[in-house]
Amino acid sequence: MSDRQKTVLLHGGLLALLLGLQFVLPAYHHGNLARIMVLAVYAMGYNIMFGYTGLLSLGHALFFAAGMYGMGMSVQLLGATPAPAMIGGLIAGAVVAAALGALALRTADVAFMIVTLMFAQAGYLAVLYFGSVTRGDEGFVIQQAQRMMMGIDLSDATNRYFAAFILFALCLIAVLWLVQSPFGKVLVAIRENEERARMLGYDVFRHKLIAVILSGTMSAAAGAAYGLLFGYVGATFASVQYSIFPLLWVLLGGAGTALGPFIGTLFMFYLIDLSSNVTSAYMLIAGVALVVLTLFAPQGLIGEVRSRIWRWLP
Amino acid sequence: MEIGPYILLASLEGAVTAAVLALTAVGLSLVFGVMRVVNVAHGEFFMLGAVLAWWVAQSVGGHPAVGFAAALVIAPLLVAAIAVVADMTVLKRIEYDPERTIVATIGILYIIQQVTLMTYGPDARPVEPPFNTRLAIPWFEFVDGKFQMYWPWGLSTTSYKLSVIAAAGVVLVGVWLMMARTKIGLLMRATQLDRETALAFGIPVERIYAIVFGMGAGLAALAAVLIVPIQQAHYLMGGDPLLLSFIVVIIGGLGSLPGTVLAAILIGLSDGIISVFFSPTLAKILATLLVALVLVFRPQGLFGVKTR
Repeated sequence: MSDRQKTVLLHGGLLALLLGLQFVLPAYHHGNLARIMVLAVYAMGYNIMFGYTGLLSLGHALFFAAGMYGMGMSVQLLGATPAPAMIGGLIAGAVVAAALGALALRTADVAFMIVTLMFAQAGYLAVLYFGSVTRGDEGFVIQQAQRMMMGIDLSDATNRYFAAFILFALCLIAVLWLVQSPFGKVLVAIRENEERARMLGYDVFRHKLIAVILSGTMSAAAGAAYGLLFGYVGATFASVQYSIFPLLWVLLGGAGTALGPFIGTLFMFYLIDLSSNVTSAYMLIAGVALVVLTLFAPQGLIGEVRSRIWRWLP
Repeated sequence: MEIGPYILLASLEGAVTAAVLALTAVGLSLVFGVMRVVNVAHGEFFMLGAVLAWWVAQSVGGHPAVGFAAALVIAPLLVAAIAVVADMTVLKRIEYDPERTIVATIGILYIIQQVTLMTYGPDARPVEPPFNTRLAIPWFEFVDGKFQMYWPWGLSTTSYKLSVIAAAGVVLVGVWLMMARTKIGLLMRATQLDRETALAFGIPVERIYAIVFGMGAGLAALAAVLIVPIQQAHYLMGGDPLLLSFIVVIIGGLGSLPGTVLAAILIGLSDGIISVFFSPTLAKILATLLVALVLVFRPQGLFGVKTR
C-alpha cells in the first residue's frame, strides 16, 4: 500500500467512525463530540501556522472571536440567516488575519508571540469596550428562530452533530490537501529553515502571510460555527484563555500532524470535563499538561506515533 | 473642585502605580535581559507575593506593623524560592529555549493561579497597612489678584502611599548598586553580554540564571507586598501587572534597566491621569496596541538603543 492510500484509509476511517458514532453515542457524549469537532477545527487552523509554518501565535482567540462576532453581529444587527452570517464570520476572520499578519510578520520568534498576544488582548478589550453592541462579558444568545438554515434547525442535536461533522471533514480534507501540495511543502521548508527557503528563491513573507490568512480563516470558521451551533456569543471566547487552548490541544495531539489537533482536543476536553466535576480549578490540568508536554513530549501524541511507528503520517 | 487638584490627585495615585510597576517590571526586565527568556508567569509571582503577605500577616497577628514587616521579608523570599525551584526543574531542562520557555511559563502561570484558587479561595482579602495617616494637601487659588491657600475636599494622600513610593525608590537604587558595584552583579552582566564566553571563563551560568529568575520573582513579590494594603489580595490579580510590565519592558527597551524604570514612571503616571479622563478599558486598548506597534516598528523600544 502506498503512503497516500494509507493516509486516505486512516483519515477516511476516522471520518466514517465519527459519522457512525452519531447513532450510538448517549446524548451527553453526543453533544460533547459535536463541540470537540468544532473546536478541533479551531485547533487545525492553529496547526497550519504553528505546526506546519512554525509560527507560534499567542493570539488566535482574535481570529476565533472575529469569526464568532462576524457571524453574531450579522445575525444580530443585519438579521442575516445562518449561511450568509457564516460567510460574514469567515470574511471577518480573513480580514483580521490579513491585517494582523501584515503587521506581526515583520517580527519573529518571541516578538511575534508578544505582538500576537497584544493584538488579541486589544481585540478582547475592544469587545468589552463596545459592550453596547457586543454585550461584552454577558454576551448574547442566538435564538432558535435565527438558527434555521434552509429549513434545517441547527439547534437540534442531530443536525448540530451533522453540521459539526461536515465542517470538520471539510477542514480535515483541506488540511490534508494543503500539506501535500507544493505550497504546504514550502511552509514546512520555512519552518525547518527559513534562510534556506529564502535562498531557494521562495517569497517567505508571502507564504507566511497566506498561511496566517488560511489559519485565521479556519479558526474564524470554527468560531462562527461554535456560536451558531451552540447559540451563544460572548467575550470569554476572545480572552487569553482561548488563545492558549489551541496551543495546548495542538501540543498535546502533535504539532504538524493532520490528526494531532483532533486527538489533542478530544483528550483535553474530556480531561477538563472530568476534572471540573472534582474541582473548580480545572485550569490546573491545562497548566500541568503544558509543563509536562514541553518537558517530556514536545512532539505530542501523534508526533510520537509518527516518529516511532507510522512514519508516513501527514 | 477645579481641574488642577484632580490632576494632582491623579498623579499622586499614578506615582504609587508607577513605583510598584517599576519594581515588577525591573524583575521581568532582569530575567529577560540576563536569561533572554520571557517569563509569562511573572504576574503570578506578583499575585503569590500578595497572597503570601496576607497569610504571613494573618498568622503573625499582633500590631499590623509587625505582621506587615514579617510579610515584607518572608513573602518575597518564599516566592523567590518557588521561582528558583521552577527554574531548576523546568526551565533548565528545556535549556532556556525562548519559545518553549514561554509555553512552559504559561503552564506555570496556570499551576500557580489554580493552586492558589484551591487553597486560598476566590475571595479578595486585605492586609492592614502598618501606618496610615491621612495627609490633606493644600491647593492654591488665585482670587482677586492674590494667592489663597485652601484644602480642597478629597485632595489627600496617606503616609503609607508616600512610603510605598520611597521604598520602591530605595529598592531600585539597591538593584542598580548590586548590578553595577557587586561581584554577583558583574557575573550577571557578563552572562547577559555573552553566555558562551561567561561559561568559558568559569562563571556558573546556570546558578546565575537560577539567582536571576529568583530575584525577578522576588522583586515582583516585593512590589505586591507593598501594594496589598492598598489593593486586596486576589488569585486573579496577576493579569494586570503582567500586562503592564510587558508594556513597560517593551517600551523601555527589552533588557534595559534605566529604560524600564523611565517607562514605568511614564506609564504609571499617564495611566493614573488618563483614567481620570478616559475609560480604563480604552486606556488599556491603546496601551496594548502601542506595545504591539512598538515591537513591530521599533523593536529596540522607545528609549532603547539599537544593538547588533
